[in-house]
Amino acid sequence: MIIARILGTVVSTQKDERLLGKKLLIVRPINVDGTDTTGYVVAVDTVGAGFHERVLVVAGSSARLAQGMKDIPVDAAIVGVIDTVDITAPDV
Amino acid sequence: MQLARVIGTVVASVKNESLEGRTLLVVQTLNKDLEPAGKPMVAVDSVGAGKGDLVFWCRGKEASFPFKREDTPTDCTIIAIVDSNAHVTQA
Repeated sequence: MIIARILGTVVSTQKDERLLGKKLLIVRPINVDGTDTTGYVVAVDTVGAGFHERVLVVAGSSARLAQGMKDIPVDAAIVGVIDTVDITAPDV
Repeated sequence: MQLARVIGTVVASVKNESLEGRTLLVVQTLNKDLEPAGKPMVAVDSVGAGKGDLVFWCRGKEASFPFKREDTPTDCTIIAIVDSNAHVTQA
């Protein structure tokens, strides 16, 4: 899973019918210290996340395992809203 | 599967129901000399690992196999704890 920040929404009227009612969000992967990386991913929201929140994004076929995502054509799903990230082992 | 070091934890109280009760840890992938390589990732723990532990993890759909297979949305899971650095040897 990666940590990402929500940048915006996507509205799509013409889409696979299994995606009807699913919220699509644009997320940008971020580093564990909260700094932005480059690029973005369109992900289906399963938890009701909001703008600028840090979220957990599952990619690949595992995205379909999230509740409510069975047999839906997605490869990225938001499965959690992050409260804190605690890094305390600096000498890796 | 790759070796990694657990370097932190993630708390997410709002999450997909199928992840309830799972421990989320930040892991730093290591190369064969046990030096950091690549970006840290968030992994679900299946073996009771803790901060500082040397572990190995698997990615992709197989990452959900340690759990109820059709029910846990994870693409990155810690599947074993290596006994110590000395237990990683190269021919």
